[in-house]
Amino acid sequence: MAEDTAVSTDPYATEQETTSGKVFTVTGQDWDSIVDGIDVDSDERIVVNMGPQHPSTHGVLRLILELDGETVTECRCGIGYLHTGIEKNMEFRNWTQGVTFCTRMDYLAPFYNETAYVLAVEKLLGITDQVPEKAEVVRVLLMELNRISSHMVAIATGGMEIGALTVMTIGFRDRELILDLFELITGLRMNHGFIRPGGIAQDTPPGALDKIREVTAVIGKRLQEYADLCNANPIFKARLVDVGYLDLAACLALGATGPLLRATGYPWDLRKSQPYCGYEQYDFDVICWDTADAYGRFRIRLAEMAESLKIVEQCTARLHGLEGAPVMVADKKIAWPSQLAVGPDGLGNSLDHIRHIMGESMEALIHHFKLVTEGFRVPAGQAYASVESPRGELSCHAVSDGGTRPYRAHFRDPSFVNLQTVPAMSEGGLLADVIVAVASIDPVMGGVDR
Amino acid sequence: MSDESTPEASDAVSEKTTPGPLKPKGGSETEGTTSPVRDDVVDAALVPTAEVPAPRRDLEVVDVRRGMFGAEGAGDTSGYGGLVKRVAMPGATPRPYGGWFDEVADRLDDALDTADVSAAVERVVVDRGELTFVVARDRLVGVVQALRDDPALRFEFLSGVSGVHFPAETGAELHAVYHLLSMTHNRRIRLEVTCPDADPHIPSVVAVYPTADWHERETYDFFGIVFDGHPALTRIEMPDDWPGHPQRKDYPLGGIPVEYKGATIPPPDERRAYH
Repeated sequence: MAEDTAVSTDPYATEQETTSGKVFTVTGQDWDSIVDGIDVDSDERIVVNMGPQHPSTHGVLRLILELDGETVTECRCGIGYLHTGIEKNMEFRNWTQGVTFCTRMDYLAPFYNETAYVLAVEKLLGITDQVPEKAEVVRVLLMELNRISSHMVAIATGGMEIGALTVMTIGFRDRELILDLFELITGLRMNHGFIRPGGIAQDTPPGALDKIREVTAVIGKRLQEYADLCNANPIFKARLVDVGYLDLAACLALGATGPLLRATGYPWDLRKSQPYCGYEQYDFDVICWDTADAYGRFRIRLAEMAESLKIVEQCTARLHGLEGAPVMVADKKIAWPSQLAVGPDGLGNSLDHIRHIMGESMEALIHHFKLVTEGFRVPAGQAYASVESPRGELSCHAVSDGGTRPYRAHFRDPSFVNLQTVPAMSEGGLLADVIVAVASIDPVMGGVDR
Repeated sequence: MSDESTPEASDAVSEKTTPGPLKPKGGSETEGTTSPVRDDVVDAALVPTAEVPAPRRDLEVVDVRRGMFGAEGAGDTSGYGGLVKRVAMPGATPRPYGGWFDEVADRLDDALDTADVSAAVERVVVDRGELTFVVARDRLVGVVQALRDDPALRFEFLSGVSGVHFPAETGAELHAVYHLLSMTHNRRIRLEVTCPDADPHIPSVVAVYPTADWHERETYDFFGIVFDGHPALTRIEMPDDWPGHPQRKDYPLGGIPVEYKGATIPPPDERRAYH
């Protein structure tokens, strides 16, 4: 397409002189205008701003790349484009409302955000042991379903970014099945706000367990499709094998966890090493790979989905024996009203609860009003809780001043930390491999920027 | 959670209900406090636990707040204007700390120069099954170096750095909190370092833990703590030319009043609050 007229009339690929040199704006399909504009004999380095609006940077990630030909000599990440002040906002809501905010951080793994926060709050309250068994089982169930849906997006978008569109379509197709389950259980596909300090918002609806069985059976079969499409695919392997190499020492120094760390062969998984929510009662394996590259991370994600299915099956089996069991802590000073039903107006109310507080007991009304408007107080101190999210260690540092609102809630998001490894993975490699390296980290910018 | 990691868990409840002598730090504000102190709901409803002497526990008073809902002065018939609330964080814990906590503390004492220990570790706090070392800022790098390199400690993994702002804690308004993980021994500890708002400098630990790079940039961005020795301490989340540090308590949340059916709802940071 490199007609001279095309260059001069293209409004986007313009060239301008700035104090820092010649600057081009390119939007794709117009690389010729740059090639024409650069003096081939000059040894000036080219600095490419990839993103923040680029389809292959996994969201609003900006990569600043210094290129020598197609080789990346230096790489820096620019983040902050999705900063929404979630941690600051949480300081102005009560402890229960905090869940509604933090679930929006890593939007592909909302249940992990909620659980990390809720575990920290429960530790502050000293009620970790009083959380009912059923609430813990449902938390594990939702988290493991969430791990599958998150890994599916990781594989799907990673495939799309290297041009494997079929992987993308089947990934999103299967993720939809899991989102349907979330909708059935929590009412929402994402941003659930379902896990609450003391338990969960409500019991599983009738028929949910059968539906989960159906979906897991389908997904169990379809996981084989991913393996058939990708595992031995020569193009797929050519793009992924030995790309984005990061060994164990580098992972520890840079704080990388999750599939990155396990791809070095080190079986570190908080579900096994520091169990929470009763993970020690489930039978599953920690998946490792020993190549420390993007291909290993892909294989780990694929195998982890199968392990998650195993845990989901164990959860549904346990839930059959927990029919009607409580899902919220017994302490009425902490337990927010739960067991809501969808009313004729479409809003989630519990008619029994309303009848009780409006018609039967003045004290219950006062108590309800105090709990919902004021919230509960959390004794002063600080606590740290970690969960193994699909991307690695997700932790919450919660500080209380004894009041009804979090004094400070800080999240150690694995995407944020793992993104620091991009320069180590991609400097010295080819530009095209940067895409694969970033995809193998699977950063979610909502979690990075919070 | 395994037993090993929560050696204090069984004591936690009784401890909280028997606060030891308060150590006011805030200066003159706490001196004349004779009105009933409303610590929080849990404490207000206590039964004295005379039978079982819980371990003596100092509290760190970080703030004293008065009044609620803006009820102050002559017109206040609600009583809310007279409320006094003392914000006290768990203070120094006497030995033994329990479980592996003593082992780590002993080993850290050995690893540091003996003359240095009391100067380096100002306070050890065991609370809710977690071990916290409050470290003097000028000794921080030496302490993390020892924690990382000593084979019996081997905290090879820095999980994160988080900032906390206590505007009323004069001389130690800004806290940087480091969460260390030892994968070798499967242990977690916390380091807390404070610095005054007037001199917000803390040495950087990037040389020991490269992962601290972005964490320290984030804490600088949100709290204005300057990590001396950081290779490139720039803002990370906020735009480079942003004024102020948004997570400080004196930085407003922002927002506008919203009108709905004739009533006006103020933005979240201006609504009445139970504090």
